[in-house]
Amino acid sequence: MAHTLVAEKHPLDDLIRTDRMPHIWCPGCGIGIVMRCYAQAILESGIPVEQHVIVSGIGCAARTPGYMNLDSYHTTHGRPIPFATGLKLVKPELMVTVFSGDGDLAAIGGNHLIHAARRNVDIKVICINNFNYGMTGGQVGPTTPLGAKTTTTPYGNPEYPFNLPYLLAAAGAVFVSRWTAIHARQVKEDILYTFHKPGFTFIEVLAPCPVGFGKSNNLDEGVEEMWLYRRRCVPAGRVPEETPWEALQVDLREERPIVVGRFVDEDRPVYRPVRLEDKPSEHRG
Amino acid sequence: MKVYARQPVDLHRMRVPRGQVYLIPERCKGCRMCVDFCPQQVLQVSTARNSKGYHYPEVAPGKEDACVNCQFCMLMCPEFAIFSVEVDSL
Amino acid sequence: MRGRAVLTGEHFMHGDHACTEGAIAAGCRFFAGYPITPSTEIAERIAQRLPEVGGVFIQMEDEIASILAIIGASAAGARAMSATSGPGFSLMMENIGLAVMMEIPIVIVDVQRGSPSTGLPTLPGQADVMQARWGSHGDYAIAAYAPWSPQEMFDLTVLAFNVADRFRIPVMVMSDEVVGHMVERVVIPPEEQIPRWERKRPTVPPENGFRPFLAEDDDLVPPLVHAGEGYRVHFTGLTHDERGYPDMSAETHHRLVTRLVEKVRRNADAMVRYEGYGLEDARIVVISYGCTARSARRAVAQARAAGIPAGLLRLISLWPFPEKPLRDLARQAEAFIVAEMNLGQMICEVERYVAQPVIGVNHAGGAMIPPAPILETIEEVANRGAHIGRRKASTG
Repeated sequence: MAHTLVAEKHPLDDLIRTDRMPHIWCPGCGIGIVMRCYAQAILESGIPVEQHVIVSGIGCAARTPGYMNLDSYHTTHGRPIPFATGLKLVKPELMVTVFSGDGDLAAIGGNHLIHAARRNVDIKVICINNFNYGMTGGQVGPTTPLGAKTTTTPYGNPEYPFNLPYLLAAAGAVFVSRWTAIHARQVKEDILYTFHKPGFTFIEVLAPCPVGFGKSNNLDEGVEEMWLYRRRCVPAGRVPEETPWEALQVDLREERPIVVGRFVDEDRPVYRPVRLEDKPSEHRG
Repeated sequence: MKVYARQPVDLHRMRVPRGQVYLIPERCKGCRMCVDFCPQQVLQVSTARNSKGYHYPEVAPGKEDACVNCQFCMLMCPEFAIFSVEVDSL
Repeated sequence: MRGRAVLTGEHFMHGDHACTEGAIAAGCRFFAGYPITPSTEIAERIAQRLPEVGGVFIQMEDEIASILAIIGASAAGARAMSATSGPGFSLMMENIGLAVMMEIPIVIVDVQRGSPSTGLPTLPGQADVMQARWGSHGDYAIAAYAPWSPQEMFDLTVLAFNVADRFRIPVMVMSDEVVGHMVERVVIPPEEQIPRWERKRPTVPPENGFRPFLAEDDDLVPPLVHAGEGYRVHFTGLTHDERGYPDMSAETHHRLVTRLVEKVRRNADAMVRYEGYGLEDARIVVISYGCTARSARRAVAQARAAGIPAGLLRLISLWPFPEKPLRDLARQAEAFIVAEMNLGQMICEVERYVAQPVIGVNHAGGAMIPPAPILETIEEVANRGAHIGRRKASTG
């Protein structure tokens, strides 16, 4: 080919609200990459598009439902999981995916996150972890590394972050994996895998946030952070058997391995509301 | 074709796919993910700009036949702005 | 199904239980809640009953999760309800706004207790009534009903589901500990006599160009699309245009919020409920609601027996506020008395519509206001003639 050709349509455009593109995410942000993986997984899922539902809370990643040409629900901050639970329990035949960020799911939404995992509600969660609250301009979040600079930790983050894979494994999720935005093939594969795995599944995807987290923690452009992922990522086995807790800590400012992979993949009874077979009930006065 | 010390017996039947890169320039935000991560270094940042002022990619000189349709540019693009299609194979 | 949805017949029933039966008779098939006195009995009974009628019960981790779960369930097509009391009601406030903005119908039962804060968990109060109207942030409108008996716990829960579904709004049932925990006669009609107002649904198939938030009818209610029907609609708490797409312009915001508020104002007649006792010749009108209205009615009866032209306007719908009967009464009344178990909330609404003096009979909660202080205030107003200033008569 002499040069690139201009296209009218992208192969995934039918799954996207193209009348709302280009989207709002910053140049170099990784959310669009994960959204594409999700769209690709839908295409390959064998589940009709009408049966896919996407739910989000508030934040950059939470704008994804607005761009997906699906039944989409953009709820309030921290609340996609209980909303998705209610929706799923009424229409179990729908494939309900929660697509949101680290702050939305693990800080304000943390209580719902661990309880839905405990119940093993049959919803799929995709958590974009860019280590800060990007939408509001780069504040500290529940996964921000100790000592990192953000607009609300000008003297360095005084708090210890969550280790999401371990948190979800402990809470009871039947599938937990972590990748980065450069692992687009693995992210798509895992999303596809969880579409066919009953129960509460959690996929954490580390993604660059050059404007919110990168610039204040001397990580350059998004593309540089992607090189950093490629350089540092090492695959790992199950938790806790093969991957010690500390190994799963992530601090992009340090030149140390970022452990990625599928950490939990087990089976547990999925949360089912009580169903009574047709036995005559005694009259209730 | 690079000559290897040991030749696979079916080397003559191996075909390397060739791809054509497609672009939706208006969606590009100049993040350079496609340019940086194309395994064949097919792309480079062009001097042309879209209406928002972002430099979108173009085929680098000498790389007209380098694309093997691995689609990694599409995988790396956060904007749904680039993809490749198999053309024919050498 | 294992059990009947409508327990037609006469019952001697607990107020909270009657509320549950009203919900199930109305077709509620999803409940998400969290234990809190004095509403827990609603959850306990519905946990027993919903599985019998093929419904879903779930106890969530908190009241925020509960209201989100019922919004999600309703988005999928189910009639969905939660029940709580003051503290939980406060936790639900933000997401009452989400239900308003997404126009997804839900029913919330608030069995009020002594408040604020933890207050009196096992004792009555009526101090959440303004919160029911204005608790979430922003301009919006909802409907709220105040039952004064287990029978009305049944009837008004049925009405709440109909109003919510018909107009795509959150509707509250503002009960209280007395009504919720008393046991009284409850008559449940045959199934075919339970009124059912259906949700307005789209009449066009899903194709591009369908605008899910365009209200073409003059009732300002757009057709409601449920999840999984192929319309691929975007629901968002962000200000959105008729396509449901986020739109940050001031004009779109004004157009949307005005419609959401006007939708309730314009359809108020279909929502408003009230009852009158001795209003034909009343010159002193007592206004009350919920359990307090039972004492008010006794006091009015005693006053009339003593020749005082008193009457009672009982508010059954707190919101929309029954302003029409009040305006009519303002043409004949000399004074109004508002009896409520708080330090004066609905009195503010009454004062908006009448020029006459309005006197409050108030108690902060914990015990029903007995007839005596109401009767004394009526007598005082009657003896002093019309030149009474607006004065708060607090009960002992």
